[in-house]
Amino acid sequence: MRDFEYSRAETLSGAAGQMGEGASVIAGGTNLLDLMKIQVMTPSRLVDISRIGELQGISEDGDGLRIGALVTNSELAADGRIRSGWPLLSRAILAGASAQIRNKATTGGNLLQRTRCPYFYDTAMACNKRSPGEGCAAQEGVGRMLAIFGTSEHCLAAHPSDMAVALAALRAEVEIRSKEGETRCLPVTELYRLPGDRPDLESVLEPGEIITAVRLPAPLADTRQVYKKVRDRASYAFALVSVAAVLEMEGDRIASASLAFGGVAPRPWTDPEAEQALVGAAPGDEAFGKAADVLIEQAHCHPDTEFKKPLLRRTLIAALREATGLAKPATGASTARIPA
Amino acid sequence: MTKTFRMDEAQPRLLDETGQGIVGAPLDRPEGPKKVSGRAHYAADGLPEGAAHGVLVRATISRGRITGIDESSVSGLGGVIGVFHGPEFLRNPAQGMAGEAPVQPGDEVHYHGQPIALVVAESFEAARDAAQRLVVSYEAEEGVETDPASASALEQDDPETAGDFDAAFAASEVTLDRSYATAPQVAAAMEPHAAVAEWEGDSLTLRGALQMLRFNKDELADSLGIPAEKVRILAPYVGGGFGSKLGIGPEAVAAALAARALGRPVRVVMTRQTVFDAVLRRSETSQRLRLGADRDGRLRALSHDDRVSNIEGEGFAEPVSQASQFLYGADGLSFAQTLARVSRTPAGSVRAPGEAVGMLALEQAMDELAEALEMCPVELRLKNLPEKNPMTGQPFSATRLADCLREGADRFGWADRKPMGSRREGEWFVGMGMASAARSNMLVKSAARVRLGADGAVVETDMTDIGTGTYAILGQIAAEMLGLRVEQVEVRLGDTSFPGASGSGGSFGANSAGSATFLAAKAIRETLAGRMGCSLSELTLQDGIARGGNREMPLSELVEEELVEEASVEAGDTSESHFSSGFGAHFAEVAVHAYTGEVRVRRMLGVMAMGRILNEKTARSQALGGMIWGLGAALTEEMAHDPRTGHVVTRDLANYHVPAHADVPGDMTVVFLEERDDMANPIQTKGIGELGISGAGAAILNAVRNACGARVYDMPATPDRVIAAMEAAGS
Ligand SMILES: Cc1cc2nc3c(=O)[nH]c(=O)nc-3n(C[C@H](O)[C@H](O)[C@H](O)COP(=O)(O)OP(=O)(O)OC[C@H]3O[C@@H](n4cnc5c(N)ncnc54)[C@H](O)[C@@H]3O)c2cc1C
Ligand code: SF4
Repeated sequence: MRDFEYSRAETLSGAAGQMGEGASVIAGGTNLLDLMKIQVMTPSRLVDISRIGELQGISEDGDGLRIGALVTNSELAADGRIRSGWPLLSRAILAGASAQIRNKATTGGNLLQRTRCPYFYDTAMACNKRSPGEGCAAQEGVGRMLAIFGTSEHCLAAHPSDMAVALAALRAEVEIRSKEGETRCLPVTELYRLPGDRPDLESVLEPGEIITAVRLPAPLADTRQVYKKVRDRASYAFALVSVAAVLEMEGDRIASASLAFGGVAPRPWTDPEAEQALVGAAPGDEAFGKAADVLIEQAHCHPDTEFKKPLLRRTLIAALREATGLAKPATGASTARIPA
Repeated sequence: MTKTFRMDEAQPRLLDETGQGIVGAPLDRPEGPKKVSGRAHYAADGLPEGAAHGVLVRATISRGRITGIDESSVSGLGGVIGVFHGPEFLRNPAQGMAGEAPVQPGDEVHYHGQPIALVVAESFEAARDAAQRLVVSYEAEEGVETDPASASALEQDDPETAGDFDAAFAASEVTLDRSYATAPQVAAAMEPHAAVAEWEGDSLTLRGALQMLRFNKDELADSLGIPAEKVRILAPYVGGGFGSKLGIGPEAVAAALAARALGRPVRVVMTRQTVFDAVLRRSETSQRLRLGADRDGRLRALSHDDRVSNIEGEGFAEPVSQASQFLYGADGLSFAQTLARVSRTPAGSVRAPGEAVGMLALEQAMDELAEALEMCPVELRLKNLPEKNPMTGQPFSATRLADCLREGADRFGWADRKPMGSRREGEWFVGMGMASAARSNMLVKSAARVRLGADGAVVETDMTDIGTGTYAILGQIAAEMLGLRVEQVEVRLGDTSFPGASGSGGSFGANSAGSATFLAAKAIRETLAGRMGCSLSELTLQDGIARGGNREMPLSELVEEELVEEASVEAGDTSESHFSSGFGAHFAEVAVHAYTGEVRVRRMLGVMAMGRILNEKTARSQALGGMIWGLGAALTEEMAHDPRTGHVVTRDLANYHVPAHADVPGDMTVVFLEERDDMANPIQTKGIGELGISGAGAAILNAVRNACGARVYDMPATPDRVIAAMEAAGS
């Protein structure tokens, strides 16, 4: 770890005042501190936002919810309103990390956690995300955890968050406050930038901008919500692939589908055409497979991620089977119950 | 005076006759409360007054020469004391029982990740910062071979054979020829490797995370070029070893050098990344199994060839076919090994070297053969159990493998196993599999001292407890022999000023240090019998009372002055005349997700006969832990190496997947069958720590096959590989 200055902000405007060149906010610290210890991140100042009251708590927001950026992953997953109206979100969060980490991890920090590409973590290896222009050691290296959508020749890294995938399928928005105190909102998927030739720039946040909340729109009554994550062990591992699905049925046909995919792209991946392919379809492996094919068609694989094509295809089918009742729901599937 | 005993013939089962009745009892480990309350001090827990902190720096080329270490790149940083490197630095830890320094490469780099320097500072944080910033220049070699599959430097011994394999294979009615691969693995002990070095004049005291102190002392002295008498090593508590702490390591030598130069104690703790980079790994293997059998299932031919890797200069080669050489008999047997030399993190012993990976292949091949023969896999094994070690002709000293197989099948409900692919619960295929277990057994020279005072006894040996239960079992043996309650026996371990033991390795620690403790206590019994005026066989000791020759006397009166006996045990003729091994049978039930290829183990059963059980509870924990290792090898654990540099890419526990709690079924059962191995050692025990692994993973993979038809030849069976195998099998 490099030496850094530390200051604690009590208010949002106080935080804005402390944010200068080379500064980084710290929330739960579960990602940032790890990266600082190995000098992958070397902020000259940490602005501790963890005590700012305005960033705490979950509140009702019209028919939706506003989740403060400091709400911990544990708190969010356990919230009764979330569990009944947006169960997908609870499931996705609980599919990530460990109980101890979730107790510290925050909503804002989770969205902005960095990739798990092992070459990003190893300062002896070239990485364009750490130092643009240096090269990408993962290209010809070990690539099991890399992305297959939205990558560029400069970076193949995947975004590791599970929570963000659920938020994308739930069409959530991120609330952002600028240094000057102005607030803007963006769909979760638009928070992220694709790597292009600047993989070091991961989000659209301007210097000094802070995530203040996540806004969940009103839940859709009677949607089936499924989060299905496949990983290299039963828990405490990042997704090889994950699928978040929110389905609305009309009789025995699919009326609408909102899908997002994790472990496969630099941001929660969405594919409107794959969603469209499901609309009006009668549930079944064939219809699901067609939608999966639409999705998979866009994939570009590193030799080590070729497996993600069949795996993602199968995981999507499995998730849709659960969402449409063809399969008995496993842990990870729930129906949204909307209080009348 | 040390009483020396050689195991030349079967010994009477004295522990079955003694009166205390606590050998075998499932007692809690006595040091448990200290461990869970933080009062058991592991190597790095104590920080001597004035200690400085060292952090190791790794090489970032695969092979070549260090041309410069620019100390000025860190000398200005606050708190930095100095940078140390030099000809004494170790390339890697010593192999188990080496007793001498491992390779000291000077300014040469032999693998990416090799520790090449130590940065010492006033705080750990300052040292770590400086270690990351230290500028090192190299002259890198071109064309370095880092990939075992394509390496050109190969060493090959003549195959070990019995009978004529080729002829027997050709004459077999049913044959099988299969290749399997296992991934490189690491021990991943919870406690990272650590050392605290402190000099007093020319004498060194080192607190270390080490398994075999008697050998480690010589290795450390040799590494530093000082007499062994000048070295004392302390390792009273070790947070897991699994082979990774068998030999003295780079952290210990670096700490000792820096401490000597600075005239103050130095503590070096490896970061988790360094543990992955620089601690001996288990080699990846590629294995070829050829089995030939008659239609009725009798094995005619068995060949198990393998290819493993290690860095140049290391004599160790994963003994892959070890169990295949004695588990089943056949007319023709052949075992050939190829060792590829690569610039990679060096390989060495990791828990159950050989069996842990060799039995994954052997026991899957047996399953495939059973399938080809349309025979029950349990039956096939029962049909092929040899009377004698088929390679050496030695009779087995004790084997209950057949009982383990039958009892296991019974208890597991093996009869309910369904035909392949026919049991489905929702999205999950469900299946059962089994495998034999075997792990050869050893006795290694060991000494211990027992002191009996008026109100209790003390056991002293440099034996270690790496989490296995040594404190518990040595206390039980001494208490049993001396007629005391276990609380009256204090066990002192992990100090080279005590008599030298085998150390913890190869599952021989309990056999060896346990026998030495037994023999020292037995010598005390002889003295007591003399004082009671009775013969040794007439003497009973129970609850502090001695009885014999129609007399009864409290020990406290019999022992006015402390009685001290030291005994040493070593292997003798019985290790030539007989072959000793632990045996068992593993059973597993798994569910395989029909779409995602995820495997969930639902239950596991291990039935094992492993000689006398000294403590039923710690033995069970060992067996369970081993079975979980088997699960990891089958399903999750894989160390990835960069294809260009050979360096370890999975350098932390988020990327190297040991099984998590959720991977381990709630229903894990271990059954011990009563057994005494009279030829093994004076206490009739066998090694326990490694048998649980051996074969366990194969039972799981055989269950995967039974569930869904997928046979995964490239282990671990991660979801992608299971999917590929399911697609190949058309399920
Ligand atoms: C071993 C391990 C396993 C894990 N497994 C998973 C997993 O399976 N799935 C998963 O999804 N996650 C996993 N995680 C990641 C974990 O979810 C994240 O570390 C955590 O969510 C980050 O939250 P934090 O509050 O600790 O962020 P911090 O570490 O405090 O911050 C992370 C980044 O976000 C920035 N930041 C934080 N808050 C704000 C804000 N309000 N506005 C602007 N910027 C902000 C920080 O500057 C920093 O750059 C794992 C982590 C570990 C260590
Ligand atoms: S994939 Fe991206 S994060 Fe990984 S090494 Fe390449 S540039 Fe760095």
